[in-house]
Amino acid sequence: MNLAFRDIRHSLGRFLLTCFGLSMLLGVVLSMIGIYRGMVEDALTVARSPQADIWVVESGTRGPFAESSRIPGDTREAIARLHGVTSAGALTFQSVETQHGGQNLRLYVLGYELDRLGGPRHIVAGRPIARSHYELVADRRSGLSLGDRLSLGRNSFTVVGLTENQVSSSGDPIVYLTLRDSQKLQFELAPSAARREMARGAGVSGTNTVNAIVARVSENVAPGDVAEAARQWKHLAAMTQAEQENILTRSVVERARKQIGLFTAILLAVSAVIIALIIYTMTMDKLREIATLKLIGAPDRTIIGLIVQQALAMGVIGLVFGAILITLVKDKFPRRVILEPADGLALASVVLIVCVLASALGVRLALKVDPGEALKG
Amino acid sequence: MGSDKPQALVETRAVSKHFGEDDARVDALREVSIEVHPGQVVGLLGPSGSGKTTLLNVIGCIVEPNSGWMRLDGEVVYDGGWLRSDLRQLRLEKIGFIFQFHNLLPFLNCLDNVAIVLNLAGFTPLEAKQRAVELLEYLEVGHRKDAFPAQLSGGEAQRVAIARALANRPKIILADEPTAALDSERAGIVMDLLRKVAAEQQAAVLAVTHDEKIYDRLDRVFDLRDGRLGADHAPNVGGES
Repeated sequence: MNLAFRDIRHSLGRFLLTCFGLSMLLGVVLSMIGIYRGMVEDALTVARSPQADIWVVESGTRGPFAESSRIPGDTREAIARLHGVTSAGALTFQSVETQHGGQNLRLYVLGYELDRLGGPRHIVAGRPIARSHYELVADRRSGLSLGDRLSLGRNSFTVVGLTENQVSSSGDPIVYLTLRDSQKLQFELAPSAARREMARGAGVSGTNTVNAIVARVSENVAPGDVAEAARQWKHLAAMTQAEQENILTRSVVERARKQIGLFTAILLAVSAVIIALIIYTMTMDKLREIATLKLIGAPDRTIIGLIVQQALAMGVIGLVFGAILITLVKDKFPRRVILEPADGLALASVVLIVCVLASALGVRLALKVDPGEALKG
Repeated sequence: MGSDKPQALVETRAVSKHFGEDDARVDALREVSIEVHPGQVVGLLGPSGSGKTTLLNVIGCIVEPNSGWMRLDGEVVYDGGWLRSDLRQLRLEKIGFIFQFHNLLPFLNCLDNVAIVLNLAGFTPLEAKQRAVELLEYLEVGHRKDAFPAQLSGGEAQRVAIARALANRPKIILADEPTAALDSERAGIVMDLLRKVAAEQQAAVLAVTHDEKIYDRLDRVFDLRDGRLGADHAPNVGGES
């Protein structure tokens, strides 16, 4: 006879309500882990988008995501001529804020050369950019639709294609422009500023600057060797794709990772305290029954089982409710929430351990109950 | 003890129990010696604080005496100290408890409240249920087997509690104010049941009571005052009303 199950069934409403409260807390824990996973995934998305093997950036920097990087646009031709490089492309990256539909819209602009590395990998609606100017491909998270007109800098662009889940490490949706458009957006001076520069005899600087060159190498060549060769130029730095991803996960999102990790640990500690208090209160409510059980000869393991099984049931039901809750609302979060089965299982293990530890207080109380209490009026 | 007389199921010799020390010392039991034989229903009377419940706790192996000797169902269990470490198992095997407020487990129905004792005693779930149903029917509450304690009347709940106390066929039944929460008619029915059980199962029933309504259903009555047990006397059968 499972006493824990009978007790739960007898006061099912109260138990489920308690589990629901706990599920909110565990749901938040799960969402924090999901937000972290989403953050890492988002950070890697932008770096993985060009499907490059090596990244060439400004010397002395770890650009273009961790630090700013500026190199001449014609560097692409030099990199393309390195031994083992099969294709190369020049890219620009820039955060912009504009207005659309009366709302502020933050975007991450990625400029690429048509028919070279760096463009959108998968268009889910519409088509890729076909014209040299004034077309863009946007991620769906921007809220833009095909045919929408968007003002960037001094020019207006038409949305011709849409991508999905293409965002920057800070969660801003990516819009793809041609390299020329993005260079003008990033580097071209406003007419009044250009006139002023001309007047002081400085001349207008060119806009053929890019933030990075990406290259793909042939299968029989090690990317590290090509990066090493690129580093021979003193004004350039180079890294492999793996090194770039490492910079993104270890440097760009490291602080956020620690923050979320700490917050998750605090939430788990709070959950442990709450579970312990709930179990303690539930045990307090049952002291007379526990005394009666002891009096009629129930061994300690029966009483411990009653308490620990209820704590575990509470943890499991709370976790399942929490997971359902977060699965239902995760798409409403402003940032991507990725729930992975492995994370769910890890959290389940932690919650089960927490439940067992948290029930220790209740077990201690129950074991101290004098069976003679049952005889008191 | 004569050889023709059956051995007492409950036998204590010079059992003493005190709480606290020095100025705060309270002697709850002073060299109490008592015998209860099979088939007997014995009452323990006395004012509050006289030591009745302490004596019940000592015989029920809940409270350890400070000195004395005690034998339950032919087994010496105390001789200056407990002789068994598994006192809960001892209670399960030898003693049934009946409480003033029945103390049924609120989350179990009547059937399971009785069956749990049998489960603890090692019966299979099927055997436990069969015996529990038999007991509930014997005590005329079989029709309430699926009801929860909160749905029972006081008399019904006390009968279920008696069924639980009898489930493992204990030789000793300790009852603490078993009729205090019942009206005189139901109190009479409960005491008649205990007399019937004592007679049929050759069990010893020791009941702490203040309830004068049931004196005429007791075989022997002991007065307990300030921890001292007075001489037993036959109850005032058919006397006070």
